[in-house]
Amino acid sequence: MSYDYEKWIRPGKLPHIWCPGCGHGIVMKGLIRAFDTLGFKKENTCIVSGIGCASRLPGYIDCCTLHTAHGRAAAFATGVKMARPEMDVICVGGDGDGCAIGGNHFIHMCRRNIDMTYIVMNNKIYGMTGGQFSSSTPTGAKASTTPYGNPDPAFDIAKLAIGAGATFVARGTAFHATQIDKLIVEAVQHKGMSVVEILDDCPTTYGRRNKFKSVVEMMNNLKETTVPVKAAEKMTPEQLQGKVLTGVLYKEEGRSDYTTEYAKVIERAQAAKK
Amino acid sequence: MSKKVAFLQGNEAAAHGAIYAGCTFFAGYPITPSTEIAEVCSVELPKVGGKFIQMEDEIGAMSAVLGASLAGAKALTATSGPGLSLKQEIIGYGCIAEIPVVIIDIMRGGPSTGMPTGPSQSDIMAAKWGTHGDHPAICLVPASVQEIFDETVRAFNLAEKYRTPVMVMPDEIVGHMRERIVFPEPGEIPVIDRTAPSVPPEKYKPYDTSFGDIPPLAAFGSGYKFHVTGLNKMEDGFPTTKAPIVQAEEERQVRKVEANKADIMKWEEYMVDDAEIVVVAFGSTSRSARFAVNAAREQGIKAGLFRLITFWPFPEERMLEISKKVKAFITPEMNLGQCNGVVRGCIEGNAPVYGIYHVDGEPVNPEEILKKMKEVK
Amino acid sequence: MRYELRFSGAGGQGLITAGIIMAKAASIYEGIQAVQSQSYGPEARGGASKSEVIISDGPIDYPKVTKCDALLAMTQEACDKYSHDLKEGGVLLTDSEFVPRTPEGNFKRVAFPIMRTAKFDVGREIVANIVALGAMVALTGKVSKENAEKAVLASVPEAFLELNKKAFSMGYEKAMEAQK
Repeated sequence: MSYDYEKWIRPGKLPHIWCPGCGHGIVMKGLIRAFDTLGFKKENTCIVSGIGCASRLPGYIDCCTLHTAHGRAAAFATGVKMARPEMDVICVGGDGDGCAIGGNHFIHMCRRNIDMTYIVMNNKIYGMTGGQFSSSTPTGAKASTTPYGNPDPAFDIAKLAIGAGATFVARGTAFHATQIDKLIVEAVQHKGMSVVEILDDCPTTYGRRNKFKSVVEMMNNLKETTVPVKAAEKMTPEQLQGKVLTGVLYKEEGRSDYTTEYAKVIERAQAAKK
Repeated sequence: MSKKVAFLQGNEAAAHGAIYAGCTFFAGYPITPSTEIAEVCSVELPKVGGKFIQMEDEIGAMSAVLGASLAGAKALTATSGPGLSLKQEIIGYGCIAEIPVVIIDIMRGGPSTGMPTGPSQSDIMAAKWGTHGDHPAICLVPASVQEIFDETVRAFNLAEKYRTPVMVMPDEIVGHMRERIVFPEPGEIPVIDRTAPSVPPEKYKPYDTSFGDIPPLAAFGSGYKFHVTGLNKMEDGFPTTKAPIVQAEEERQVRKVEANKADIMKWEEYMVDDAEIVVVAFGSTSRSARFAVNAAREQGIKAGLFRLITFWPFPEERMLEISKKVKAFITPEMNLGQCNGVVRGCIEGNAPVYGIYHVDGEPVNPEEILKKMKEVK
Repeated sequence: MRYELRFSGAGGQGLITAGIIMAKAASIYEGIQAVQSQSYGPEARGGASKSEVIISDGPIDYPKVTKCDALLAMTQEACDKYSHDLKEGGVLLTDSEFVPRTPEGNFKRVAFPIMRTAKFDVGREIVANIVALGAMVALTGKVSKENAEKAVLASVPEAFLELNKKAFSMGYEKAMEAQK
C-alpha cells in the first residue's frame, strides 16, 4: 500500500532535527500513515506537543500544530478539545516531557477519559539537553546525571496510563513499524483517552553511554526485549523474564468520554435555567 | 425597562463581567481568595453553552485557557498569589505566542502561602516582571464591585484587541466585598472580538504584520491551519534564531502595548488640580485614600487622589507632569513599596514620595493617610 | 451620613449572611448605599468571625468600619475582640447567655438570649443569625422593617421562608421590648 506522505509533510520544513538512528521519524511516518489511512482532514486535526526532541514533531506535519511549554501538552490539548470537541486532537512527546514534568497533566488527562490520543516516544532519556536520566530510565543505567548508575526506578508508562484511567493503552516499539501503524490507527479511532507508548531509542545520548555499539544493536534490543501480548499468553514466566509486552494492553469500551459528559452538563444547566 | 440590579461580591461580578464580554471557557484551580470566580463560572458558563473545567493544577489551568483561546474561545482563568507564581511560565507563552486570555488574580498576602485570607497588593510587580523575558504587560486594578465587572469586560476587549494576556488584579478586599451592581444591557459596553484573518487559509500566516503590529488570529478548527510555538518565531509561526527577526519580533510584541498606551491606560484624578499633596493609590487602598482626601480638604489641607485603574502600562508622563506642581506624593499600599518605586521612577526627583505600607493583612486605614498628610504638609 | 455596623460571633453562625442581608436591604430595597465586607480565618466553623456593613446616603469610600455605630456580638470572644472601636452612644447587642462581660462605656446596650430564642421560640438554632438581624434592624433604624424583611426573604432558600420570616419578626420584637 502506498501512502501520501508529501500531503502531510510541511513543505520546506525538512530535514528534521533528529539524529541518525533516532526512532522519532519512524513514529512520525506511522502517524502520517494513520492519518492517510483514516482520511483525516488537516484543518480538523490538531497535534499538540511539549518540549524536547519528540515534541518537535508537530512542526513537520501540515495541520493545526501547537508546540507548547515543557510538560504542558496534555493541558493545552485539553483546552483545545474542550473548545472544539469535533477536532481530532493528538498529543506527542517524549517520556520526560509527558511523565516527569508533565506527569500530573498526563494522569489527569487519562482520568478524565478525554477523547484524545497521547503518543509517548519513550527513549528513556532527556535527549535534547544532552542525556540526563528521565523518569523512565532503567535502574542502573548511565546518563549524564547518573554517572555511577541510575538509583531511580523507572515508570511503566503504559501501566501508569491504565492506572490513571485511560480507556485504550497500547505499546509498540520503533523497531516494529507496521505494528505502530495499527496501534495508532486503533488509538485515534478509540472514543475516549488513548495512550500509545512507543519504545524508542536515542543512540546519541543513551546508546553510547550504555554500551550499545551501534544503532542496529539498539534496534535489535527493542526487538529482543519485547513480546507481543498474544504471544506472551503462551509463554512461561521464565520465558517472559525481562521482556516487555507490546500490542493493545488495555481496552475499555462503553465508558463515556469527557466532552460527551460535559455536553450533558450543558444540557442540565440549560434545563435548570428554563 | 429598568436595568437588572444585584447586590454582589466582587468575585461574583468578575465572573458575570467575563460572560458579558463573551467568555465561553474557564479553566482554574481552587485557591483562596479567588475561588468564587470559578464557582460562579461553573454555574453560569454551561447555561450559555460555555465550558468550565477544574484542572489538576494552576499550570494546567493556564495551559488549558491558552489552548481553548487558540481554538477560538474567549477564555478566563482566576487565581491568587501562589497560583500566579505557578502560572508565570505559561503566561509568558501567551505573550510570545500572542494568545488573548484574561487572568484574574485576587491579591492576598505573600510570598509563598503567606496570608491566604488577608488582603494584599503585592503582586503588582509580578504582573509585569513575573514571567521571564521581555514581554508586554497589561494589568487592571479595579476598586469596586461595579468596576470589577466593567474592567473584566475591558480586560477581554484589550486581550482580544491586542492579542495578548491581560491581568485583572483586585485585592482581596475588593474581591470579597459586596456592593450594588447595575448590569449593563447587552451592547451597552462595547465588546471587542479578535480580528479574524481577511486572507484565505492557504495565505494565512499567524504573525503576519502586513496589517500592522497586531496580526489577525485564526482559530484552530475553523478551516485555518498553522503552527504555534513558544520559541522565537517568524511571521509564519515557525521557529527562528535569525537575530534581526528575533529582535524585531520581540520589539513588536512589546510595542503593541507601549504604542497603544493611551488606549489602555485609565485613571481618575480627584481634586488633583490644586493639590499640594497627591495620593497615588489603587484598589481598596484608593477608597481609603479618597476618604482621607475628603477629610484633609475639610481641614484645609490641599490633598488630591490619583487613582490608577490601569496599573500597567503606568501613566508615567502624567505622573511627571503632576510632580512639577506638587509638594509631595503619598503611596498607601498593601505591600512594601511596589507602587512607590514606580512613581519615583517616573518623576525625575521632582517631589518626595512617601509610602504607607501594610503587609500585615490589615487595610490601610484613612486615618494613617491623613496623619501622613499632616506630617508632610 | 455614614453609619457603620459590625456583626460578629463564631464562624458558622451565619453572621456574614446577616451582614449581607442588612446591606442588601439598604442598597437594593431602601435605595441608599451600602457596602459589606468581612474578615475570616481559615476555619469554616468556629473562630471569631466578623461582617461589616457601611450604610450611607452618599458614596462610600472606605469599605471598613472606622468607628463602629452598632455592634452585634454573639460570643464572648467576638465581644472582646471587636468592641474596642464602638462609638460612645453606639448600639451594643449581645447574646445574654454567651456574653456575660460587656465593655465599659456609654452604649445603648441590649441583651437577650438570641441563640435560645432561635432554638425554642422559632424552632431552629440555625436561624439565630436572622433573629439577630431582626434585632439589629430594630435597634439601628437605618432600614425599614418591611425592606429588611424583603431582603431576608430574597436571600434564604424557598423551603425556609416561613422559618426565617418568623425568626426575623421574633428578633425585631424582642429588641423593641428590650429597649423599652
